[in-house]
Parts: sequence; C-alpha cells; structure tokens
Amino acid sequence: MSEQPLVTLQNVGKTFGPVTVIKDVTVSVYAGKVQVLLGENGAGKSTLIKMMAGVYQPDAGRIVVDGNTVTLPTTRAAEALGIATIHQELNLVPTMSIAENVMLGRMPTKHGMVDRSAMRNRARAALALIGLDVDVDTLVGELGIARQQLVEIAKALSINARILILDEPTAALTRHETESLFAVMADLRSRGVGMLFISHHLDEIAEVGDTVTVLRDGEFVAEVPASTPEDELVRLMVGRSIEEQYPRNAGGAAETTETAEILAVEHLSSSGRFTDINFTVRAGEVVGIAGLVGAGRTELIRAIAGADHYDSGTVTVRGRALPKANIKAAIKAGIGHVPEDRKGQGLVLDASVNDNLGYATLASTAKLGLADFAGQRSRAQAVATKLRIRMHTIDQAIGALSGGNQQKAVFGRWIIAASTVLLLDEPTRGVDVGAKVEIYELMNAITAAGGAIVMVSSELPEILGMSDRILVMRDGLLAGELTAAEATQDAVMTLAARDVADEN
Amino acid sequence: MSTTTLPAVRRGFDYKKFLANNGALVGLVVLCIALFIATPDFLTGQNLLNIGIQVSTVAVLAFGMTFVIVAGGIDLSVGAVAALAAMVSSWLFVSAGLPGWLALVGGLVAGLLAGMVNGLANAYGKLPSFIATLAMLSVARGLTLVISDGRPISTPAEVSFLGGNLGPVPMPIVVLLVAALVASFVLNRTVIGRSMYAVGGNAEAARLSGLPVKRILVTVFALAGLFAGLAGLLLAGRLDSAQPQAAAGYELDAIAAVVIGGASLSGGLGKISGTLVGALVLVVIRNGLNLLNVTSFWQQVVIGLVIALAVGVDVLRRKTRNG
Repeated sequence: MSEQPLVTLQNVGKTFGPVTVIKDVTVSVYAGKVQVLLGENGAGKSTLIKMMAGVYQPDAGRIVVDGNTVTLPTTRAAEALGIATIHQELNLVPTMSIAENVMLGRMPTKHGMVDRSAMRNRARAALALIGLDVDVDTLVGELGIARQQLVEIAKALSINARILILDEPTAALTRHETESLFAVMADLRSRGVGMLFISHHLDEIAEVGDTVTVLRDGEFVAEVPASTPEDELVRLMVGRSIEEQYPRNAGGAAETTETAEILAVEHLSSSGRFTDINFTVRAGEVVGIAGLVGAGRTELIRAIAGADHYDSGTVTVRGRALPKANIKAAIKAGIGHVPEDRKGQGLVLDASVNDNLGYATLASTAKLGLADFAGQRSRAQAVATKLRIRMHTIDQAIGALSGGNQQKAVFGRWIIAASTVLLLDEPTRGVDVGAKVEIYELMNAITAAGGAIVMVSSELPEILGMSDRILVMRDGLLAGELTAAEATQDAVMTLAARDVADEN
Repeated sequence: MSTTTLPAVRRGFDYKKFLANNGALVGLVVLCIALFIATPDFLTGQNLLNIGIQVSTVAVLAFGMTFVIVAGGIDLSVGAVAALAAMVSSWLFVSAGLPGWLALVGGLVAGLLAGMVNGLANAYGKLPSFIATLAMLSVARGLTLVISDGRPISTPAEVSFLGGNLGPVPMPIVVLLVAALVASFVLNRTVIGRSMYAVGGNAEAARLSGLPVKRILVTVFALAGLFAGLAGLLLAGRLDSAQPQAAAGYELDAIAAVVIGGASLSGGLGKISGTLVGALVLVVIRNGLNLLNVTSFWQQVVIGLVIALAVGVDVLRRKTRNG
C-alpha cells in the first residue's frame, strides 16, 4: 500500500504492572477506509484505541500521524490532530440538554456569555449529520439509551474528525438505527474520514469494514479483508473453530411428555409499559422475547422478576402466584434475573467475585444473622470453576474481569441460588464470541436440568438460534408467537414493527 | 538457589502491598516517631492514656459513621445525637427518677431511635442522607436544649463509670476496644454488615439480588445512632454531666476519621480498623501539636491539610492501581 496512513500505531506495547496487555501490535487507519478491530473481550482492543485517543501512552513502539512520530499525552492532543473517539460507555451529562452536551467544552460565546442560538444551530447541524430528528433542548437524561448514543456520535462527528474511533457504537442500537449509522459512516468514508471500528456483531464487519485486524491475548494475529467469512474470523479470533455459534439442543425437553408448566404470566399489565401479556414457559424450554427497543420487553421481565410494580394480572411459578414487586418472594419461588445493564444493575463492581456470587444466598444461608462465610465461599469457588470464570483469585474485584466473565458471575449467582426460572435480559451484550458460546451452553445445561428460560435479546440471530418459541412484542403488546421452526428474521421483524421504516 | 531467592521476592512484594493498603497506618507510625523525637512528653504512659481517652469518643462515633459511609450515605447528625442521648439519659435519671442503669439504656435507645428516624427518612422518605441527617442534626440539638433548658444535668453513677477507671485502665479505652470489636464483627461477619457493602457499592444490583435495601439502610442509620449514643454517654461520663452543647461539630471529625481510614464517600469501601487508625491520626496530631505548644487555631489548619493529604494520596493510589 503506497498510500500513507492517517495514523499508525507501530509495534506498540503496553503493560500494567506485571500484566502485558498489548504486545508488539501494528494497526493503521487510512483515509476513506474503515479498519475493523476484532478480538474477544480482554484481547486488548480497548487499550489499543485508548493509545490512539491519547488516554494511555504506549510503553513500546510509536504513534505516527501523517508520517510524523507524535506523542498523545491527552485526549485533547489527539483531538487536535483530528482523532475523535465514540466510547462504549456513554460520556454525556444527563441533566443538560442535547445542545449543551454536543457543544460541551467548546460552547460558542458572545460577549463572554454562552451564545445559545449559535449553540443550538451547531448542535442541530451535528444531529442532522446522522439524521437524528430530536429537539436539541431536550435533556439527554430523558432520551433512551439508543438515542443518547446517537447524540454521542453526533458530538464526535461535529468536531470535524479525520479519524474516528468507534468503540462498539452499535451495541445498543436497533437494526434501523444501526443502518442509519452505517449510512453516516459510508458518507464519512466518501469524504475521506478514516475510521477504526469495533463491534461484536460479526455480520456488521463485511457490511461496513474494509480491512480487519484480529487480536488475541494482546497480540496481533492477522490482517484480513473484511469480506473474510465469519467462521474464519471467529477461528482467528478465538484460536479454535466454534462448531456452532448457537448450540441449542432444540426440541430436547420439549419432546418429552412431562412438559410441566413452570412459569405462567396472565393478563399482566402495567400502565404505559405493557398491556395484557399472557404466556407460559414449560420445563426445559427457552422462550425468546423479540421486539424493538422500547417495545416493553425489559419492563415485562422486570415486573415478572419482582423488580417493578405492575397494575394487574398474575405471575405464577409452579402453580403458586407471586406477590407484586417482591424480589425476595420471586427468588424464593426459583426466579433468577440477569438484568440488562450488567454494570449498573447486575454487579457491585468494587466488591469481590466471591461477594458478587453470593448476594442472592447471603441471607438464606445465614444462621442467626451471621453470614455463612465458609459455605458461601466454597459454593462460589465451585460455581466459578464450573462456569470457567477467568480470574486471578475469587477475592479479586469483579470490575477487573472481562464482560463475559462478569456475565458468567451474574449467572453463577442464580446457579448457587438453585434458580429454576431464569429471566435473561440481553444476556450476551458486550460479551465476546467465546464467552457467548459458553453462556449458550449454560442455558442448555439449565434447561436440560428441567429449568425454564425467558430471554430478551435485541440480537435476532441469538433469538432465532437459541429459542424454542419466540414471543414478539410491539408497543407493549404481544404481537405474536412463533415456533422455532417457523421463525425467520423476516417473520419476527414483520411482527415487531408494523412499519419498520418509520420506527426510530 | 531458587528456594532462597523466591521467598525473598515474595516478601518484598507483600511488603509493598501492605504499605499501599495501609497508608493511614504508615502515616500514624511516622507521626508517632516524629513526635517521639520532637518531644519527650509524647511517649509517656500518662500521655498515651490521654490519647486513648480522647480518641474513644471520636472513634466510637466514627465506627457508626463507617457503617453509613460503607452503605453509601453520610450522617451529619451523630454529634447532635450523641448530645441528645446523654441528655436523655441524665434527664431520665434526675427528672424521671429511673434507676441509673435504666437511664443509661434509655440514652442508648434515644440514640438508636434518632438514627432509625434518619434511616426511615432516607430509605422510605427518599430524602438524601445528607439532608435527612442535616435535619436531624438540628432537631436533636434542639431537643437537647429543650430537655435541659440549656443547662448541664449531672449523670447517673453508671454513666460516670463509663468515664472513670477500671483499675489502672480508663473505662473509655475499654469501651472503645469493645465497640471496635463489635463494629468489626457486625461489618465482617453478619448478613447486615456484608449487605452494607453491596448497598453502598451498587444499591440496584443489591436490590435485584433480593437484598432488602430499605431495611438495611434503616438498620445502618440506627446502628450509627446507637454508636453515637454510646459516644455521647462516654463524653458525659468523663465530665460527670450531660452538656447541651456537647459533641458539637464532632460529626466532621468522625467523617474525617472514616475517610482517612480509607473508606470511599461513594460507598462500598471501608474498614473498622482503618477508621480506628483514622481517628488516632486526628487525635495524635492534636495531642502532638498541644505538646509542641502550637495554638488551637493553627491546629485546625494542620488537621484540614492532613485530611486533604490523606484522601489525596488515597485517590492517587487507586488511580495508579486501576490505570
């Protein structure tokens, strides 16, 4: 390639204390190209982009921008060279308006005061770049997570970046929102912007990428064209071939005569969230709930788990009706809830793996108010081994583990609690391919042992691949039910969005 | 060969880790050595007992505060509640004619109830703990003045005993040690104690795991009130009277002790041993500056700088560890 890259990380390395996170990796971003960074969680992608964004300094190697070796001591220095980052974690102030957020740190002023109309206009122009039609005076906190992400993207775009680092920008977006982002990316590409793109959705790589850099355990594995088949990408990434991405033993339990109904939801309604929901789940079944963001799936799951109030209807586990909004009673009846937001709702990040595994059983195993230390610990150790949670010690803060291992710990909590009805909300979000398969195998093991699973997921392939039956929600209603045999991407989407094009 | 070198390497590593995790303790030791060199009056039996007595009130208050801060809250009312508990106890004895031991228990119950009100206002009334306990600070101090009519009331013998001596050992030191053991036991071994870390670390995750977050918060503040009551009785016992303005501003010392001891004001972190060291740091500095004839005005300046330094170092340490 004779063309000079916009930016190159050349043979860079990074260590934190005794741990080498990145070893001798070279990545380049070219004008008008989308470079994809692929690797499991913990492979070093985040560290690499933080070096490019000026957050971390490489311990070895160098950073070259436009042919000149540079140092990027701060994110400001990176921005000055035209490198902007869209972070995985949202970086917005929820109590400020969209306009203020977009222009944060560079608000236009007039006579020393904020020039509000100029600020609004520039923010509107930024939103127009990605086709987001929202009032710029809206508080960011009032937006759903998908729109907040779009605001963040608009903000980065408005800095006139030449090099855009996109760290899993599509993780929280619906298909339609993803499409509009890709349209924006295509537009930017034609304008000569270079992009570094990270995604766990393999199907997106061929769609937007040009070349793919594959990392494994902090080391460079290969650079391949984005058109490389998914199977091959997975093999490069995890270092072994994964026979099946969705190893569902479909029909295993459903065929048996003992199709005992474990969970029954009848006429469940919650004003403004969902209306008259009816369904049952039998032992050994995985029921997937599909739908667009905002269709009421998470709200439904939370109501069943006892996390939120509902107005009417009943939730019955093994013939026994559960009291409303009572998590403790739900847990006692065998319900385990793996919430949507792992870090915000699932885990106490500063606490140890041991503590996090034991919260659901802390009180039930105690004697006279004294925690069963030895018992809790041995149970935690056993389940951590069984689920292959990769960690240094069980006393390590769980926040230091990769997303997949954190999620396995949330599952582990319910396995220790002997839960038989698992309510999973986006169980593989932010989880790498290897850990995904482990989570799917775990779901198989739970259902094989007579458990029942309800899974909400925005990843259609996951819903289609892992569910025995699929319920589709739209605007708080059950729009339809499909069996595994009759479900296709089109069939689900037709039910999920009567008018797909207008749903935003 | 390797058998002789390996353990040495490992010992060096542990030593470093120990230093990093016990910055306040290291600071305390350095402080004591410096004072030992600076003045011959520091390392005398009498002075050390004085330090023990002085630290008892602050430390007992701070133990209660540790529960609250670990659970992610703050309690500004502990000083006022301490004064109220002592006053209620003396009033029960002098005006209501209850036996001394019952008056003592009555004082502790008053502290417990005041704390429980804080907890109810925080957990069920949805008031931020800062506001709920700020209100309680005012209410408790006001009630103390109402009960006493602004005058000191003498304490029953049972309370005075808490401020006296047990053989050669001052009772406040005995009470302090017992309180430390109890607080440490509660925090480390009981369900409620372990739950405090979860609630302070991530209340929503704790709730979704089935922990009764609201009941835990009420218990946390009630415990803080109980410890405040005990601290109030210790203070009154030393003076043989409950003073209406007793322990004013002590809540700030208690918070400082907890924070110097390594707890995070955002919750989820903190240890009783750290808090005890934090309280000792505060008291030893004051004691040392007194011995060195530094005026109390300058003492305040120094204490302020020490708090900033301790927390600053801690923040820096966490940053480098996580970076």
